[in-house]
Amino acid sequence: MVTITRKIEFAASHRYHNPAFSEEENRRVFGKCNNPHGHGHNYTLEVTVAGEPDPVTGMVLDLKELKDLLEREVMQRMDHRHLNFEVPELAGKIPTCENVARVIWELLEPKIIQGRLHRIRLYESADLFVDCYRNGALRA
Amino acid sequence: MSVAAQGELKIELCRRYRFAASHRLHSPRLSAEENQRVYGKCNNPYGHGHNYVLEVSVSGAADPATGMIANLTELDGYVARQVLQAFDHRNLNEEVAAFRGVVPTTENLCVEIYARLKGFPAARLERVRVEETGNNSFEYAGE
Repeated sequence: MVTITRKIEFAASHRYHNPAFSEEENRRVFGKCNNPHGHGHNYTLEVTVAGEPDPVTGMVLDLKELKDLLEREVMQRMDHRHLNFEVPELAGKIPTCENVARVIWELLEPKIIQGRLHRIRLYESADLFVDCYRNGALRA
Repeated sequence: MSVAAQGELKIELCRRYRFAASHRLHSPRLSAEENQRVYGKCNNPYGHGHNYVLEVSVSGAADPATGMIANLTELDGYVARQVLQAFDHRNLNEEVAAFRGVVPTTENLCVEIYARLKGFPAARLERVRVEETGNNSFEYAGE
């Protein structure tokens, strides 16, 4: 098995707020992430696909196809967007790094035909990131 | 390969912290020459230090009400109390009880930090990873 990783960056705004909580509870749980006017991050996404290199092309998958897929599914959907209001997949969810990563996983996994989605790592900042993978896939 | 063949989706939250500490690699079980041979300049009698980076990974189900595996304020507070306050700007050999009889290599540091964080109540500790320098890193995920 060989893995291939592609990295992209996108910028987006969000706000953590649960309408079921009181104002005080929202501030206590989410702190400055509850700021009513939102805030933003430069997200970095690493997408890792695993597979066997094709004997003819030597490739696990065509990087151009992966690049196009990420452009369609992630960049066009999330780059320079407000995650709370402009991404239907996140409607009704708090757009935490955990939830954004899960949405990206669910968007990408069924569309990767050559090889299989092995792991995504989503950085919200250099010191905070989320890894998403199928249980057992990373550490067999 | 089919998606169905894979396990359930797992999500890990990873946070990076920094601390600076000094140490000396020296084993009382080795002679002075052996210590010098094994540890080289890390055996310098007066010690030396590093800017360590600690990466902590926890897993669990994201709480539907908050979208979080663990509240970062809680995780940051726990890591600060359990690790950073005890290690940052300290001499590991002299000021951390666990290293009284244990050489404070970064391997042993990982094991000690894992033990100190294992009890985090809000999520499951997956692993700790320590960068001693930008070029050396060590990981421990329990036995």
